[in-house]
Amino acid sequence: MIYARRAWIVLWKDFLSERRSKETLNALFFFALLLLFLFQFALGADRERLTAALPGLLWLGFILSGLVGLGRAFLAERENDCWEGLVMMPGDKSAIYLGKVAGNLVLMVLVEAILLVLFAVFFNIDLATHLIRLTAVIGLGTIGFAAVGTLFAAMTAHVRARELLFPVLLLPVQVPVLLGAVKATEAVLRGEPLDTVAHWLGLLAAADAIYLTVGVLTFDAILEA
Amino acid sequence: MKDPQRALGWLAAIGLAAGLVVAFGIAPREATQGNVQRIMYLHVPAILVAYLAFGVVLVASTTYLWRRAAGADRLAHASAEVGVIFTAINIATGSIWGKPTWGTWWTWDARLTSVSIMFVIYLAYLLLRAMLEDREQAARFAAVLGIVAALDIPLVHFSVYWWRTLHQPPTVLRPGSIPMDATFVAALTINLAAFALLYGYFVAKRVRLLKREQEVLA
Repeated sequence: MIYARRAWIVLWKDFLSERRSKETLNALFFFALLLLFLFQFALGADRERLTAALPGLLWLGFILSGLVGLGRAFLAERENDCWEGLVMMPGDKSAIYLGKVAGNLVLMVLVEAILLVLFAVFFNIDLATHLIRLTAVIGLGTIGFAAVGTLFAAMTAHVRARELLFPVLLLPVQVPVLLGAVKATEAVLRGEPLDTVAHWLGLLAAADAIYLTVGVLTFDAILEA
Repeated sequence: MKDPQRALGWLAAIGLAAGLVVAFGIAPREATQGNVQRIMYLHVPAILVAYLAFGVVLVASTTYLWRRAAGADRLAHASAEVGVIFTAINIATGSIWGKPTWGTWWTWDARLTSVSIMFVIYLAYLLLRAMLEDREQAARFAAVLGIVAALDIPLVHFSVYWWRTLHQPPTVLRPGSIPMDATFVAALTINLAAFALLYGYFVAKRVRLLKREQEVLA
């Protein structure tokens, strides 16, 4: 219980500072809206083409806003000289990792919800009928993304060119998650049952488990110094 | 010879020479593809040794995080570099083979895609190492990435395979599906052994060089 509580404290601290500054979320919502404009301009008004590209665009939106959001995960600690504070936290350091992953998950889910609503309005998708299955797919994909993203954000927080290095590290590793999530979303939006994409969901779940385990086991090595 | 590294170098050189002789002189001309097929003796050993190299990165990275031995870090660094080079050789020779055989330099086939993603992942690994100034920190971070990257390879493999094959039947002939004559197998084995020796030699050299570099900077 102590372990879960330590993770919770990290999550709560980030939540509080975000609630008071509203720095990240406001900018991210705006960024998501801009992405929508870009997609519209890039593909033109042809509705059929938009519908065909929709699952990919949706995940492109998630990934791009995720890159911007997750890259900042450890920035507060870095810029305000609170890194030592994290390091000095007693007990198993992986609790900090899980707290940060949870915080990033919440952040991404919020942005994804907004993006979904925007997509539904602007591109005229019927979300209500697919909502539960869509949530399952997006949840599985987002966990994997946040698990690796948090780990790499902690690494790149120390690097001067972190805005460059973070996506360069994260994107290639995330290819399986992206492929699986896009394929599963495609099937869901076509109205197919989840059984048809069971292998993709299995892959996403396996990726989530692997990434989270590696993150928990290795986070100690990233935090020190 | 006193120096085992030199011995390894000579063995690799002899192996490569023997491999060339067997590949071009002794192995018969393949019936359907012709002489182009001989590039396989370079193409296949390169990727097999690259997989070996990335496996070594995984083991060395885990060892480093566990024991914090600087030697394990140097081994991971050297092995990743050589692995990236060998993957590049594999992709380049595959392209050269693909042009006359498939009629195109590149296609988003499952194997091509998964190998190229692996290539990019380990390029990013080397980039991370290059961008971190503190050596001890670079060692720790690279070790974590080395573990994530290696565990990612099977995920990449399956995802790309399903991605390509569930939507369209394989459009290309697979080199592996050709029943191979014993001479082909022998030529391949000799070249594989030569490449493994070459890998060992390169890694040993690179590890020594990294050690000297660190001694000078220390």
